[in-house]
Amino acid sequence: MISSKDTIAAISTAQGTGGIGIIRISGKNAVGTADGIFHGKTSVKDMDSHTIQYGKIKDTKTGEIIDEVMLTKMSAPATYTREDVIEINCHGNILIQRRILSLIYENGARPAEPGEFTKRAFLNGRIDLTQAEAVMDLINSKTEKSREAAVLQLSGKISGYINNIIEKLLNIMARIEVTVDYPEHDDEADTAVIAETELKEIYSDLSSAIESYDTGRLLKTGIQTTIVGKPNSGKSTLLNELAGYDRAIVTDIPGTTRDIVEENINIDGILLNLKDTAGIRRSEDVVEQIGIKLAMENIKTSDLVIYVISLSEEDPVDIHILEEIKDKKAIIFLNKEDLAKDGEADNIKEILKGYSLGENIKIVVSSLKREKGAEEIKKAIKDMFFSGNLSQNDQLIITAERHVNLIKQSQNAISDGIDSLLGGMPLDMLSVDIRNAAEYLGEIVGMSISENLIDKIFSSFCIGK
Amino acid sequence: MGFIAGEYDICVVGAGHAGCEAALAAARLGMSTVVFAINLDSIANMPCNPNIGGTAKGQLVREIDALGGEMGKAADKNTIQSKILNASKGPAVYSLRAQIDRRRYQMTMKHTLEMQENLDVKQAEIVKLLYTENDGIKSIRGVVTHTGTEYRCKAVILTTGTYLKGKIIIGDTAFSSGPDGIFPADRLSDCLEKMGIKLLRLKTGTPARINSRSIDFSKMQIQYGDDNITPFSFENQSLETEQVVCWLTRTTEKTHNIIKENIHRSPLYGGLIEGIGPRYCPSIEDKIVRFADKESHQLFIEPMGRDTEEMYIQGFSTSLPEDVQADMIHSVPGLENARVMRSAYAIEYDAIDSTQLKLSLEFKNIDNLFSAGQINGSSGYEEAAGQGIIAGINAALKLMGKEPLIIDRSQGYIGVLIDDLVTKGTKEPYRMMTSRAEYRLLLRQDNADMRLTEIGHSVGLISEERYKKFLIKKQQIEDEIDRVCKKNISPDEKTMNLLEKYKSTPIKSGVKLSELIKRPELSYEILEEIDPERPQLSSAVKEQVNICVKYEGYIKRQEAQVEQFKKLEKRALSKNIDYSEIKGLCLEARQKLNAMKPESLGQASRISGVSPADISVLLIYLNGKGREQNGF
Repeated sequence: MISSKDTIAAISTAQGTGGIGIIRISGKNAVGTADGIFHGKTSVKDMDSHTIQYGKIKDTKTGEIIDEVMLTKMSAPATYTREDVIEINCHGNILIQRRILSLIYENGARPAEPGEFTKRAFLNGRIDLTQAEAVMDLINSKTEKSREAAVLQLSGKISGYINNIIEKLLNIMARIEVTVDYPEHDDEADTAVIAETELKEIYSDLSSAIESYDTGRLLKTGIQTTIVGKPNSGKSTLLNELAGYDRAIVTDIPGTTRDIVEENINIDGILLNLKDTAGIRRSEDVVEQIGIKLAMENIKTSDLVIYVISLSEEDPVDIHILEEIKDKKAIIFLNKEDLAKDGEADNIKEILKGYSLGENIKIVVSSLKREKGAEEIKKAIKDMFFSGNLSQNDQLIITAERHVNLIKQSQNAISDGIDSLLGGMPLDMLSVDIRNAAEYLGEIVGMSISENLIDKIFSSFCIGK
Repeated sequence: MGFIAGEYDICVVGAGHAGCEAALAAARLGMSTVVFAINLDSIANMPCNPNIGGTAKGQLVREIDALGGEMGKAADKNTIQSKILNASKGPAVYSLRAQIDRRRYQMTMKHTLEMQENLDVKQAEIVKLLYTENDGIKSIRGVVTHTGTEYRCKAVILTTGTYLKGKIIIGDTAFSSGPDGIFPADRLSDCLEKMGIKLLRLKTGTPARINSRSIDFSKMQIQYGDDNITPFSFENQSLETEQVVCWLTRTTEKTHNIIKENIHRSPLYGGLIEGIGPRYCPSIEDKIVRFADKESHQLFIEPMGRDTEEMYIQGFSTSLPEDVQADMIHSVPGLENARVMRSAYAIEYDAIDSTQLKLSLEFKNIDNLFSAGQINGSSGYEEAAGQGIIAGINAALKLMGKEPLIIDRSQGYIGVLIDDLVTKGTKEPYRMMTSRAEYRLLLRQDNADMRLTEIGHSVGLISEERYKKFLIKKQQIEDEIDRVCKKNISPDEKTMNLLEKYKSTPIKSGVKLSELIKRPELSYEILEEIDPERPQLSSAVKEQVNICVKYEGYIKRQEAQVEQFKKLEKRALSKNIDYSEIKGLCLEARQKLNAMKPESLGQASRISGVSPADISVLLIYLNGKGREQNGF
């Protein structure tokens, strides 16, 4: 339902890597939201209407600077939506834009629905009722377009997959309904056993669909990858090797990289959003310390961490880093094998074993100087994220967040159902959960469950007086 | 103009289960009322199965009773066997079903009508409705009988059942008839069509009746009733009666062969029947054609009453010719020598397209004309009675200038039934089923009084005395739930022994009594031993406490769904909206909405062909309208 009380926000420019991107916020709390993240000479609240100001967007929690931007303030009612509107002109990088947008959401706005700015313009009377028809057409065409897009996406694997599971759920439900509505055709014991087996199957089936979302998301937005390690272990070299050109300045002087260097890299179709961080060591240098702090923060938000350890150094393992990465997907890259003492790689491996590292950690031993190191890392990444399946076209991949959320809700309902069945609850209770599960999935493909159920009962079972 | 024989507030046309409830409700609300039947001996007849209740239908009877209706009380008086169905499947689907003495039930109901203040009972066929028309709006003025006599009235309730142009079909024979060999009503349909009412043709059927003296019961399984009879009416605490037995037998391979060999003689497959029959109570030949792999079907042999040897064969409905029927019956174990008293038949009749009605059961385009029961496309005595009481109440409220009573889908099966009929319409006789109710966990038969007595009282059909009793019961339930949620149970020896006895996990520290009730293997009753301060309570109160505590999680989940549902129900849609003017709607939605003129956004969302996207467009439209009216 549309509530004009909410403050909404969205990226208003076409998605892509244009030079500049505009994020628009509209609603009662637009100014407050902007003030939560924007740092300029004057606060947004004190800006005059229809003026523009330079400033920085900072992460509210960490204080990290996300981007330098120009912010435009337009006060109600002389705006497109007749509400307070803020527009933030930031850099065109989609990752930066999304980061800013998620900060805006954290600060009190919600994502705008397709066409919602226009809807508000209409609802708030900016467009008078003589123009209503035109507006409705516009809104309609927008929903129609998004509907088309959804249909396109659904025409293939996902809808087939979802419909198939709904079909199974309906079958279980129809069985229960028949035993309930037609007690003389009772086979309750059978029904409970069949329901349990099938629900468990569906549960694990949905699990793999949910897992595929990570793959899907990574395909779309890239793998957030952070390279960490002690100074001069070869992090920037690795970045350059993976990028295929000298992106970062590489010297022999430890601590050369002080800020974070970012690069998007394409490895055989897999997008990597690579961040090279400052080497982590105890340092008196304030700037470098900030860099180290940032590196540690980055580990937390990454999909993948590449921890570079130089085999040519004494005591090269940093337990603080190991602590941070041990439960994440990570590659520990033992670099400079060529310069190492004999058996040093095995020694380090032995030491690493002592830390209870998670199963998602891979160890690669090589040397960047010998030009094969980067290749081996690429291979390790592919294995890790796509278990070699990427080329198979028939794999189901969920890409939309809405879909995965609904699938998760459906899975929870099924889990409730299995619990109640195992807990000895009567069959009828189970149907509440199964109905929920089917309805969540039905929302993905846009079908109404109840009508289908009645048809199912009559077509599959023989009943009557 | 004919002879004017009387003036009433309300005329009820037909005295079946819908007509009886409608007439009683209207008269009890102070309306001078007359009810007509083609034959007074057919009042409240049960021309098909001799029982009341069953899954979802038992819930309906209890709801009718909670609103102040008569069916439950009449059934209790004439119960000859009673059973709770689905006892192990969860409280939402427990369903009471009683075998009823058919004749005595009719007598009880007829006598109740006769004794009712403000109500006249008359034998006549109504052939015409009188109405005036101003500016295209028709308004009811009276009715005309087959003898030309007129009765003036302000409102009419049509409860014609299967009588309109009734046609009975047995094999290749078809003749004009109402149910059970009573005269049909052949003339009223034409008048209705002239008034612009859209009619459709429906079909239903009934099995043969046989003489019990010709049945070999030794080849059948005996079916007893429950030891303790649960009454339908909340006014009856308990019910004592000597119970009869029913019998179970099955069709054989021979039965199926006879049917297959003669299927070409079925009017259903030969084209003689044009009406659409119900899917859920198909004839036996239908079942055998559609479910060819099923080797045998269950048949129940049920007595028609205490003063008769007539037995009903449940599950054996057919419209095959009489010679085939006889062969079929004789192929069933125990029925080898059975003598048929009444043959099975199919009956076709006129019904109205129920989407022409408002949720109050009044016609959208005809002022003060209401309709209820099988004429609206439903099937079953209970479905008819449920609509009957609502039509009776709403006709009375309309004449008093009050808002109609509308039970919504979260309040009762009656609400689901009427909303389904009025919003979706039906192409086959509509039977109530628990699976049609999305909030059935809240719509239990045990809490029908909690849901509807308040409404029955405010309408005026529930007496002060009964209402006071209800309030006491409600308070007792609330207090006791409160107590068990606060009461601590410690892991002492007595408790541990009890838990062990029921194979329940031992407790380590003190827990609330309510937590133990929630365990599937335990119940409020079982835990009495370790709950010495328990007050004296009736079994109905105990049942409520047990269910409310035990299934609290599920009940809360459904209550949350109901909250969501009510949001859309509350957004009213004016009948003056021209949906073809709202450009954002898809074409199908515009047409359907204009034809239906739904009363709320919620109702609109249930019309087939109206998508969620259309509902958003309507929301925007409503918001825009609101602004316009507020002078922006």
